[in-house]
Amino acid sequence: MAEAMKMRAKMEGDAADVKVLIQHPMDTGLMKDKKTDKIIPAFFINQVAATLNGKTVLEAQWGVGIATNPFIGFRVKGAKPGDKVAVNAVDNQGNKYSGEVVVA
Amino acid sequence: MNHLRRAFLTKAGAVGSLAVFASLLKPATVLAAAWNSLAFSAKEPAEAINSAGYGGASESKEIEIKAPDIAENGAVVPITATSNIPGTTSMAIFVEKNPAPLIADFEFSNGAEAYISTRVKMAKTSVVRVSVKAGGKTYTNSREVKVTIGGCGG
Repeated sequence: MAEAMKMRAKMEGDAADVKVLIQHPMDTGLMKDKKTDKIIPAFFINQVAATLNGKTVLEAQWGVGIATNPFIGFRVKGAKPGDKVAVNAVDNQGNKYSGEVVVA
Repeated sequence: MNHLRRAFLTKAGAVGSLAVFASLLKPATVLAAAWNSLAFSAKEPAEAINSAGYGGASESKEIEIKAPDIAENGAVVPITATSNIPGTTSMAIFVEKNPAPLIADFEFSNGAEAYISTRVKMAKTSVVRVSVKAGGKTYTNSREVKVTIGGCGG
């Protein structure tokens, strides 16, 4: 499901500025479907990890409070143009999402 | 696995929202062993903060929180946090008035700066708290964000 993730990484000073957008409903499990009046079960990305050239730089745990279609921005010092940034995410139903981008 | 869970959830759906919420957090820990279900299911801010390991924090202006003073739409509130405390290794975001105050917990390594930009849901006007761990100590800062339309609905 690579198409579910959009990434951009560009140098800003001595750090790579990375922006990641993932398509996901991030259902909280607290809302009702307005048509059926039934609770929509919680369905959300709960773990995200990022690597620079294969080395872990960021590990995150998320709850249901991250907004729908999650956005995350982070910075990695010491990165160079041409370096590879990869992001892997998994939701509470075990679906995996991944993306990769070259630092510009 | 998914099959069984879905059947289970359909049944649980009839019980009520809180039961569904609680039941969901358990299977999640099976799928992702390290996920801190205790902290993410906590309903009180203090409980969430302590369970996530950010208890006993000193107030610090060295943590910068960028957020709108007034968020028209609580479903999407941009938050950017930077820690200028040397040796910051992790950062957590809490929205104290949300049904589940812990939003996210980030760990930095191998050159990642103590900086996170993201978008959170806010049920109503609340204190947004950012806590960090640095050198075996915890630090925290907070600011209020007013919400005109809540983002957690229901």
